[in-house]
Amino acid sequence: MIIEVKDLTKHYAGLKAVDGISFTIPQGICLGLLGPNGAGKTTTVEMLEGILRPSSGTILYKGAPLGAEFRNEAGIMFQHTALQEHITVREVLKLFQQFYPRTRPLDELIEICALGEFLERDTRKLSGGQRQRLLLAIALINNPEIVFLDEPTTGLDPQSRRNLWEQVRRIKGENKTLVLTTHYMEEAYELCDEILIMDHGKIIARGVPRELLAEHYKNSILTLPADALPTDFKPDPGSSLHPRGDRVEILSKEVNTSIEHLIKQQVSLTHLLVRSPTLEDLFLELTGHSLRS
Amino acid sequence: MSPHRFLALLKARNQEFLRDRTALGWNIIMPVLIVIGFAFAFGSEEQDLYKVGVQGETADNSRLETFLTTRHIQFIPIESQTDAITKVDRHQLDMLIDIPGNHYWVNSSSAKGYILEQLLDGSELQKESVSGKEIRYVDWVIPGVLGMNIMFSSLFGVGYVIVRYRKNGVLKRLSATPLTAFEFLLAQIVSRLLMIVAFTTLVYIGTDLLIGFRMYGSYWLLLTVLILGGLSMISVGLLIAARMTSEEAANGLLNLISWPMMLLSGVWFSLEGSHPLVQQLALALPLTHMIDAARAIMIDGAGPAEIWHQLTALTGFSVIFIWIGAKTFRWE
Repeated sequence: MIIEVKDLTKHYAGLKAVDGISFTIPQGICLGLLGPNGAGKTTTVEMLEGILRPSSGTILYKGAPLGAEFRNEAGIMFQHTALQEHITVREVLKLFQQFYPRTRPLDELIEICALGEFLERDTRKLSGGQRQRLLLAIALINNPEIVFLDEPTTGLDPQSRRNLWEQVRRIKGENKTLVLTTHYMEEAYELCDEILIMDHGKIIARGVPRELLAEHYKNSILTLPADALPTDFKPDPGSSLHPRGDRVEILSKEVNTSIEHLIKQQVSLTHLLVRSPTLEDLFLELTGHSLRS
Repeated sequence: MSPHRFLALLKARNQEFLRDRTALGWNIIMPVLIVIGFAFAFGSEEQDLYKVGVQGETADNSRLETFLTTRHIQFIPIESQTDAITKVDRHQLDMLIDIPGNHYWVNSSSAKGYILEQLLDGSELQKESVSGKEIRYVDWVIPGVLGMNIMFSSLFGVGYVIVRYRKNGVLKRLSATPLTAFEFLLAQIVSRLLMIVAFTTLVYIGTDLLIGFRMYGSYWLLLTVLILGGLSMISVGLLIAARMTSEEAANGLLNLISWPMMLLSGVWFSLEGSHPLVQQLALALPLTHMIDAARAIMIDGAGPAEIWHQLTALTGFSVIFIWIGAKTFRWE
């Protein structure tokens, strides 16, 4: 275990942002911390990073409290970070390189994070994606053993998001431990070996994404416009009906049976959508509210 | 303390400052324009108020009584006759009257002294003459303008910048590295001090070449005052930046501190003859000591012995404020 967390809490003026959570992070995995805004994931991760002081509880890195060793061996990519202005990307990298006793060669970082095209550019003039790549490079500059990524792709366009995922996969391939917070379920599904779902400062589920889904869902989800169903509609035995605004979802036990049942009830299947459950569905089921609301 | 980390941060801060053209403009062009503006506006004239030093209580002399109630003349009570005579010598006082001694002094090269002398005519006071070279307002104001510039540069360049760093996450990013708060603060202090010394020297040389002004003392002593004064201003900035998280609040507080300092520290006009409370208050401001010391060196050619209490005050301010600032400093 590279990190052990026990009974961690953080209070802010009467509010319990993190409410007595315990978990461990095995070496070499990518752990995803999921939850809606305000669930306590950034607070949790900032306590793990040594930025925030916990109200109570313990955090151990390699069996010892966070200290100089941790600072030298951890890489952190914050959610909102400005950099010193009027200095270029190359100068920023050189600056941060000076802070650490052990560093990764700049050429390697420039290659991994694809910084080549804008190395001599002022940090103020970077696009969102370029900025995130630079922040990722800074997080990797000390060749860390554990890397924290706090919502690394929030606000990025889909193309930049996929590029950043590629870079994160490459870091995973180097057998580093990763801790990633996100509110994109797709991102967690793509990158994480294990996920922790948080809500209201507590951990409400933990596991391997696929297994978590398999545990909660045996089958598929059918979606139809609400007005396509008769008002007294009952789904086939074993399936359940969930209104979702102007659409309804049928959590189906067996797709063929459910569809046959719909045909028998003379429901129009023109706008029928059949899909596999996602982490988003799981989250909705566990917390009763949508991830991004 | 790692010299490595300190030097890297010092270099980055210097680059950041030197490449910011607007900040550079404020630090160089503004003081030069102010000084040149004053040189033209006032020429070789002094302020248009007559100043008469008066020593002792009113005597039984009706002509003198009348004179002492003349409007548009500022009568300033005098403690030390020697100092007052020096002031007449430099045209800082237009006349000095010693009532018990039945004497008056005027500067033979002062037109104002001549006019006042005519007003006093008939009072049967005995005339004494001095003939020193006049100190122009620009000679007097230049240490003030340079001091003010150093104050703004330190307060905003350290105070405001650190608060901005805290607000936008630069501090958070730095705090997650092995960098210590001490290394960070030291880099900020040293960077700003280097910039202050460099730019003040540039502005000094530039204005001296353009208009020329009086400098009777030691340049090394003046540099010492510049460094200690700069340090004390930076330490005020540091104190403000130790915890604040709002740029707007920091900006307000910095203005709240810098404006009274500009008015009460004798940048533009002498506080002589002002309310004693104001004079006491002025002594609590580092800028007062810096400007006083610089004026003493430049105008009077003062040596270390004459300005030791200002140097002590500046050192004291620096040590105390830096100590409190560093103790209370938070990355977040």
